[in-house]
Amino acid sequence: MSDSLESEVKTNPQGDPITSAAPAPATATKVGRKDPHAEAKKQKIVTPEYMFSEAPREREFITGSECAKEAVRRSNVDMSIAYPITPQSETLQLIGVLYGEGYVKEFYRGEEEYGVMSAMAGGSRAGVRCFTATAGPGTLRGLEPIASWPGHRLPLVAMFTCRVVNAPLAIQPDNIEIAYLLNCGMIVFHAENQQDLFDYIMKAFIISEMNDVTLPVGVCCDGFFVTHARGYCAMQDKGLKLPAREAWRGAVPVLDAENPPARLSRDAPVQKSNFMAYNIHAVWQQEVWAAVERSRKYIDLYMDGLLEAQNVEDADVLLIASGSMAGQCREAIRMCTEKGIKAGLIKIRSLRPFPTKELRKLCAKAKLIVVPEFNYVGWLAKDVATAIYGYSKAKIVAGPHVYGGMSMPVEMIYDEIECGLTGKKSATVPSSAIMGTVDPDEVAHFMQNI
Amino acid sequence: MGAIELERIVEPGPAGFHPPSAAELGVLPPKPLHGLTFGHEVSEVKALEEMARAMFTRKNATIFPGPLVLWNWNDHAADKAKAVLELAAQIPEVLMIPMPDYRPKYPKIEPEEMINPNHPNLTIWGNKIEVCIFIGVHCHYANLTLKMIRAGTNCWTSAICAEQGHEDAMFTIRDSDATKIRMAAQVFKRVREEMGIALPESGENVRFTGFQSLVHGGKTHTNPLDIALGGDGAASAAAFGHNPESMQREG
Repeated sequence: MSDSLESEVKTNPQGDPITSAAPAPATATKVGRKDPHAEAKKQKIVTPEYMFSEAPREREFITGSECAKEAVRRSNVDMSIAYPITPQSETLQLIGVLYGEGYVKEFYRGEEEYGVMSAMAGGSRAGVRCFTATAGPGTLRGLEPIASWPGHRLPLVAMFTCRVVNAPLAIQPDNIEIAYLLNCGMIVFHAENQQDLFDYIMKAFIISEMNDVTLPVGVCCDGFFVTHARGYCAMQDKGLKLPAREAWRGAVPVLDAENPPARLSRDAPVQKSNFMAYNIHAVWQQEVWAAVERSRKYIDLYMDGLLEAQNVEDADVLLIASGSMAGQCREAIRMCTEKGIKAGLIKIRSLRPFPTKELRKLCAKAKLIVVPEFNYVGWLAKDVATAIYGYSKAKIVAGPHVYGGMSMPVEMIYDEIECGLTGKKSATVPSSAIMGTVDPDEVAHFMQNI
Repeated sequence: MGAIELERIVEPGPAGFHPPSAAELGVLPPKPLHGLTFGHEVSEVKALEEMARAMFTRKNATIFPGPLVLWNWNDHAADKAKAVLELAAQIPEVLMIPMPDYRPKYPKIEPEEMINPNHPNLTIWGNKIEVCIFIGVHCHYANLTLKMIRAGTNCWTSAICAEQGHEDAMFTIRDSDATKIRMAAQVFKRVREEMGIALPESGENVRFTGFQSLVHGGKTHTNPLDIALGGDGAASAAAFGHNPESMQREG
């Protein structure tokens, strides 16, 4: 081999030959190279109403991670910050591709989740549209800044691809982390499938940035079931995008470190609370939750309601579920129909705000309510029981539950329906998780447990 | 027989040690072209009429202009500031106390100089204000202010809002650009005339606080239409004794 040939082999600092990148053609010049941002620059801005309700859609069979990417592509996102964690990593890797293509203006990897969520706060406070995603332990590592987002009135969208929270170490589906998000003061949606994930992310940006809302939105999905599995997703043309964020219309002024009216980095009451009346923090919290309430009308407008009801008219049994569990419930209802049991499904789309009034109305005549979940603690059953207390005489079964990566056999749900209707002892749900029986001790035990 | 008076949902304060927010009581901002009175949705004009009657009859009526109309951000802000002064020109003996920014004031606020969203009750108490209008305040800070005032004072609050309105105020209207603020001034004029309330012949209907009087060489009143707007981003808040140098003093 001649010296001249050897000199053409590129190596990394360790001396290994670089083989991943194809050598540039000898004739390549800047003149005539394709602009990698060309397609992004051609995107046309349309109204949210057109985008969500009128724009023609084409169906593709893609993973949830790809759905998230396609939603961000159409959402006019300014900045996205990444830190890898299973099962979310692929999503933000794909957002990185969007950055390369010019659909996202700024993108980088943070130090870890605390840094990512803090940087998201800075980006949103500075007035730009921000997106990130995390999962399980990452959610909890970032929880302090996440919980401060609503108080700072930061509109942004974070996707939570739920998985087990360690320890013991596992990466499997389990949506216990949603329990930690529910009381932060943020808006929380729970997507059932790939289509939901795509739609919820786009709509979340618009709802988040409404002046009387000005809050972060967490779009949750069940990891792997949604992120890694493929499903049909009907999407608008990728040449369309939502209008940019109008930060000047926010409920708080954008960050200006030194100038009035609010030098928030130096002067926010949270930093100088010793000088404040205690009730400023109290009314501040009230205001955050009032903003959650104000988001209801936008969820009704853009998402067709906080919940979706199916076959609930004249149903003796109601299954109430959120996320991927709703899909399992649909199959359980099919089994019920085959056996002559009148069963309906209520799928909760929005966990915060919670559809309390809607549930009170829909559950008024039910005899049995079953709330299956992918977690141990039964956070959804607690919310359901609290919401309909005094408005329904139904027996409520807080279960069945699976967790730690287990999947929910449809038969498990059907068995609970049968046990609930016949009084047969359940093989999977303890009596302490059933409310509405005649034994007052069991009722008391149930209430303690929820 | 007059219209049946609906029970008030958002009651004037002092509502107690820590009352629920209006949203917790089920009150939300009004629909477009509507307003709220005591938590009930009414027409925009009706809300303005009720607001005007309160401003004409309760003690120490005060307009609190916020940063969106106090600082000369752009032509739109300047035009809105003029409209606010035209509204003020319809209210006899009205006080104007600015909310120039949202930073807590320490070690203590001068209640005759300004109001602040973190402790607005101090300015209300300090001036014995029983009715007021907030205008040009960013919504989050307006909501904090309205909640605190309702909790701890007997002041009836109003909010003329450029966005969706404020459910914690006793009276509110929404989407208030300069044109709508001028329309509000006309409603105030009509109600004032119906009530037989005259303006001073001198046109000096804005009453200075003691602090403002000192700034203006002992003058007690002024004509709001004579107040000049500051140029190049400067604050018309200076007319009320508050200027950018105050920021330095406050750290």
